[in-house]
Amino acid sequence: MSVSEVVASEDVEMLSDEHAVQEEEELDRDKIRLLPEAASEDGTCASFQISDEDHTLGNALRYIIMKNPEVEFCGYSIPHPSETVLNLRIQTYGKMTAVEALHKGLKDLMDLCDVVEDKFTQRIREL
Amino acid sequence: MSNIVGIEYNRVTNTTSTDFPGYSHNEDFSWDVNKFRDTMDVQISHLDDREANFDLIHIDASIANAFRRIMISEVPSVAAEYVYFFNNTSVIQDEVLAHRIGLVPLKVDPDMLTWVDKSLPEAERFTDENTVVMSLNVKCTANPDAPKGSTDPKELYNNAHIYSRDLKFEPQGKQLDSFAKHPVLPTDPDILLAKLRPGQEISLRVHCILGVGGDHAKFSPVCTASYRLMPHIDILETIQGEDATKFVKCFPPGVAAIDEKGEAYIKDARKDTVSREVLRHPEFEGKVKLGRVKDHFIFNVESTGAMTPEEIFFKSVRILKNKAEYLKNCPITQ
Repeated sequence: MSVSEVVASEDVEMLSDEHAVQEEEELDRDKIRLLPEAASEDGTCASFQISDEDHTLGNALRYIIMKNPEVEFCGYSIPHPSETVLNLRIQTYGKMTAVEALHKGLKDLMDLCDVVEDKFTQRIREL
Repeated sequence: MSNIVGIEYNRVTNTTSTDFPGYSHNEDFSWDVNKFRDTMDVQISHLDDREANFDLIHIDASIANAFRRIMISEVPSVAAEYVYFFNNTSVIQDEVLAHRIGLVPLKVDPDMLTWVDKSLPEAERFTDENTVVMSLNVKCTANPDAPKGSTDPKELYNNAHIYSRDLKFEPQGKQLDSFAKHPVLPTDPDILLAKLRPGQEISLRVHCILGVGGDHAKFSPVCTASYRLMPHIDILETIQGEDATKFVKCFPPGVAAIDEKGEAYIKDARKDTVSREVLRHPEFEGKVKLGRVKDHFIFNVESTGAMTPEEIFFKSVRILKNKAEYLKNCPITQ
């Protein structure tokens, strides 16, 4: 499976799974882009360009993706301070595609936020 | 590997996070929500409606920093954005006064307003759903009853000093009901905006809208949101006698103390500022080791007054979650 196929199948999946979400929000096709020249044929390594994000999401996402044992390398950079884009690079050991690793990272980050919120609420209630 | 950042007289050591899979053979560092739920902890040491001090323990710097950055620049709040002058004969220029009014923190729940749609033409842009209107109409006059020989402008004149409390809320449309219980007020009534002399007057109208701190500092809901790492002090060799007294003096009050045996001990490392004074004295060389706990963040969040500090923190957590969720739902294009 080539990278474009991997990405295309992801797209289709998302359209069917989450059409409810996308009905309310307009589909933002410019938010995240795959950089084709930096991706491998099998999709196990890829670079993404995310617009309108900075170190806030970049570093947190890098950390949580690096926590995945299937990921060999993850790094991010902001190529120029005047452009609000974020480049994210993911390389896996081969059992997972870079897109899957990215989506797992985003899900883990959401779970993390839930835990922090629950814990903080619990402590406030205990006061 | 220890989770203490070493602090030496001229350098710091062991600063990077190493809790990643493959770093160590003995420990599995892969992400596990349940493990995180068991280890992560929050301790609230102080909380009131303006300031909060709490600890986030066993959390990575990248996550703690994301919360801090979001609290400063991405949690929305309401501030004056458009100031329409009808008359201003004071010595303070229109644009300077407008800037000062913009920086006045307002007590408005940001959830009461919606975002202004900048794509609409200006005539349709502002509605009772997204804009709060305030007005300032003041005129300075001489006070005929001023005590003789007084030089105090507050006695000599009426309305010589214009404060943030002089901004009057003008509810529009359905705001008469929705804001009835919580009228819009400056959180601090005593902010000096301008000084007038008899005959001078100011008449203006202010449109306040939602914004984020990243666009302008006036929209930031916090005065400061910062963290520091928990200080850690290790006494490697007993310090007693006169040295102990000197040792205690190297730290802020309450950090170190002397026990009944005359030996110095660490009472409360949290109070330390990590000034490294103790490392300047040769008699303590090799006897004490300074450090900070890498995954213990002491947050200090000071609100401008529009929201409580815990609400600001909750919003920052939700904003980070929404960022991840939004990105997850976006199609990856080429």
